Amino acid sequence: MATVNDVVIKIATVNGTGSASANGLLRKSIFRMGVPVVGKNYFPSNIQGLPTWYEIRVTGDGYHARSNRVDIMIAMNAQTYARDMAEVAPGGWLVYDSTWPRKSLLNRDDITIIGIPFSRMCNQHFDGARARILMKNIAYVGAIAALLDIDVEIITALLEETFAEKKKLVASNMEAIQLGYDYAMEHFACPLPMRVEKMNATAGQIIIDGNTAAGLGCVYAGATIGAWYPITPSTSLMDAFRDFCSHYRVDAETGKRTYCIIQAEDELAAIGMVLGASWMGARSFTPTSGPGISLMSEFIGFAYYAEIPAVIFDVQRVGPSTGMPTRTQQCDIISCAYASHGDTKHVLLFPADPAECFYMAVTAFDLAERLQTPIMVLSDLDIGMNDWMVPELEWDEDYVPDRGKVLGAEELEEMERFYRYLDVDGDGIPYRTLPGVHPKGAYFTRGSGHTKLGAYTENSADYQDVLDRLLHKWETARSLVPEAEISFSKFNKAAILTFGSGDGACKEALDRLEAHNIGLNYCCVKAFPFTDAVRDFIDTHDVVYVVEQNRDAQFRTLLINDIDADQNKLVSLLHYDGMPINAGFVVARVLEEIAKGRAA
Amino acid sequence: MSYIAKPIISHPGLPKNALGLTLRDYEGSVSTLCAGCGHDSVTAAIIQAVFELDIEPHMLAKMSGIGCSSKTPAYFVQQAHGFNSVHGRMPSVTTGANAANRDLMYIGVSGDGDSLSIGVGQFVHAIRRNLNMCYIIENNGVYGLTKGQFSASADIGSLPKKGMPNQQEPIDPVSTALSLGATYIARSFSGDKEQLVPLLKGALLHSGFSLVDIISPCVTFNDHEGSTKSYAHTRQHYHHVVNVDYIHPSEEIKASYEEGEAMPIHLHGGDTILLRKVDDSYDPTSRASAFKYLRERFNAGEITTGLLYANESRDEMHELMGNVDTPLSKLPLDELIPGKDELAKLQGGYR
Repeated sequence: MATVNDVVIKIATVNGTGSASANGLLRKSIFRMGVPVVGKNYFPSNIQGLPTWYEIRVTGDGYHARSNRVDIMIAMNAQTYARDMAEVAPGGWLVYDSTWPRKSLLNRDDITIIGIPFSRMCNQHFDGARARILMKNIAYVGAIAALLDIDVEIITALLEETFAEKKKLVASNMEAIQLGYDYAMEHFACPLPMRVEKMNATAGQIIIDGNTAAGLGCVYAGATIGAWYPITPSTSLMDAFRDFCSHYRVDAETGKRTYCIIQAEDELAAIGMVLGASWMGARSFTPTSGPGISLMSEFIGFAYYAEIPAVIFDVQRVGPSTGMPTRTQQCDIISCAYASHGDTKHVLLFPADPAECFYMAVTAFDLAERLQTPIMVLSDLDIGMNDWMVPELEWDEDYVPDRGKVLGAEELEEMERFYRYLDVDGDGIPYRTLPGVHPKGAYFTRGSGHTKLGAYTENSADYQDVLDRLLHKWETARSLVPEAEISFSKFNKAAILTFGSGDGACKEALDRLEAHNIGLNYCCVKAFPFTDAVRDFIDTHDVVYVVEQNRDAQFRTLLINDIDADQNKLVSLLHYDGMPINAGFVVARVLEEIAKGRAA
Repeated sequence: MSYIAKPIISHPGLPKNALGLTLRDYEGSVSTLCAGCGHDSVTAAIIQAVFELDIEPHMLAKMSGIGCSSKTPAYFVQQAHGFNSVHGRMPSVTTGANAANRDLMYIGVSGDGDSLSIGVGQFVHAIRRNLNMCYIIENNGVYGLTKGQFSASADIGSLPKKGMPNQQEPIDPVSTALSLGATYIARSFSGDKEQLVPLLKGALLHSGFSLVDIISPCVTFNDHEGSTKSYAHTRQHYHHVVNVDYIHPSEEIKASYEEGEAMPIHLHGGDTILLRKVDDSYDPTSRASAFKYLRERFNAGEITTGLLYANESRDEMHELMGNVDTPLSKLPLDELIPGKDELAKLQGGYR
């Protein structure tokens, strides 16, 4: 039976061999045919020589998660032949470089082995070791095009766009495409029963990774200062900000910059710089990952208590400790929510895809200045570094940044005296002043005990007064953070609740469970503190499957802590092997719970 | 840190600076440091310098970390914003603040614990960036608030009040700063206001990173016989090599510099300082010879003071980065946002 636009292609290569551009070309070609795709990169913490994989899920239904299945394996790395072959689903295909026959190794009889002599062909047609390696990658794109019926004209057009400045490269790349294409057409029955066909499901959609989108969001939020210390998988966020700024933020006449990126000596300094800049009134941010949050924690507590805005992007990776730096998890939930010593808690935002990374970047700056506190955007490697299809980003020209309660020179001039930590409006948010504006605005910013007037104190009542007011501010934050996405499929007492990158897999799982006649309601949480709607959602149900990507059910703990959710209702579905979560896992776990007698 | 408001007493006869402010207007709250603490003398010198430079109080930012020294920004220039950060992290906060607003004058007050142990990483990197700030180390060789442990600036053989003498090599902030390329490096003594005030003025006006390492004895934990950071020891081994005079712009024409005796240094903002060499063999414009001289005098047990190195030619952080002259914090956000059409155009590449 033929399958159209529902196929997973996995490409096994060696890192550092330039396969990324070939894989991107393949992914884009399918997308240009109007077919939704998901691109996932599984790469080692290494620069050159170790196995790496790129997975393209062709999904006519437009799902966002990875599939836990491989239909076609392009096995270009002899080191991993055995495991790559084992991963192919029964009935699938394995394409390998038959320049060196591997008969004894490639011995599964429930899949079809396709040998194409990529190396031999490329050695005959191209000169130089580097060119031969690069062109071998392009050649497999050609072979897949033949096998899956991908439009070669679209590939040509993409190459012409990519190498608009270097026409010679278009010809050589096309030659390599043709080598793979022609060989496959000649030797195998093309296309395979699993193939790609043009459709119209990508109109108004783009493909983007979360770090690029977040970097762009910082530009659109008007951020001027980024301080950071390089750490996988957050590095590309600052790279993106730098690229966008070099385009949008350099004065055409003078060549001078309206942005400042500082590569700090460590994360301790990166967050210190953000606080200094925010204290001075600039929109300022730092991207990092879990280990960076650990180092920043002292300052995050300072910012909470001294009430200084800050925007922190935590692109989460697998812990504990160095963990697996190039694998994904949602494992910093608790360390971010309560970062630092003493009574501290912080506003967290949970983007579910790259588009939300863009919008939430802007929201984060608004909230940071409104609430005068650190806002952490908790993305992860899966969102940050993988290629997601999302609706085209939109910008509201009427957007007015929320700069919060900042007193200007005129207001200060008219005041008798300014006190930094007074709750004038009853919302727990005091007024602040910026240095260099007016002598009356001066105050001493400190992390030591202070009164509501801003003076140092060791007096119990005065200290507690400020601490309680911060709790009041926390409740104000609850009313300002982005609302959860909630959907009721039908009246039902069971539901799935997730956040961040769990969204794609859960939505797909809901569809699949529907096919089992199990209709679950759904809540995708967007922020901490949890809104009243999240509380009500849990209250309404008898069973809430809490889907998260860590071992210790950190999000469930947070639900219990923050809104006193009934822990007997909260059933954890935990995925923490470092790979992005998939719908099959969610479906299997829900069915397992139902089989145990849990309400559906 | 304790906080005692100062009584407001009017002194109609006090001299005023160009802004019409008196020395009193540059004071802060009452110090809660121990009586006789060197740091209070440094505070007084800072007040004097800032007053005489006619600095608008709110255009000064007072930065600090944690420790006795870091409390002192509360004791001067009440009408300046202060930022008492976390231990050893004053340089990063100052870097961010300065990145956001280059129009303010930044004075950071730190100590030997804050800068040479917990904060040594941030100290050295602020120097590498040539951050435009005046960085003061109130150097007493001990941790005061935790009751007298040695700091990283304690000399070998220096005796604590109780226990064994220090055996570890000291970190000398001056030679550290020299090796890292700091562009204004001075050392002084809290007990020598006459030398200190002009050094501070030069440091405040210098464009780039200026370090003023001030031996500032701890009367409670490190002022005893056998300590190399006591008042008595410092007075005995204190050695001026270069003194500095600050020349007010209005006085510059009148000042005469005799060849070989005094050397004017023209600062970026248009001010001038005058170096007066006490020791002719000292060259404060050469890192290599300064380093050699300082090492030799240190080995001989001397504490060399004065303006030890000055270089007005190197660009400070903003100049190195090519940033606009307007403080980044003052750019209107709507001018920074590329807008709807640009976003649509950009996304053509994401299809």
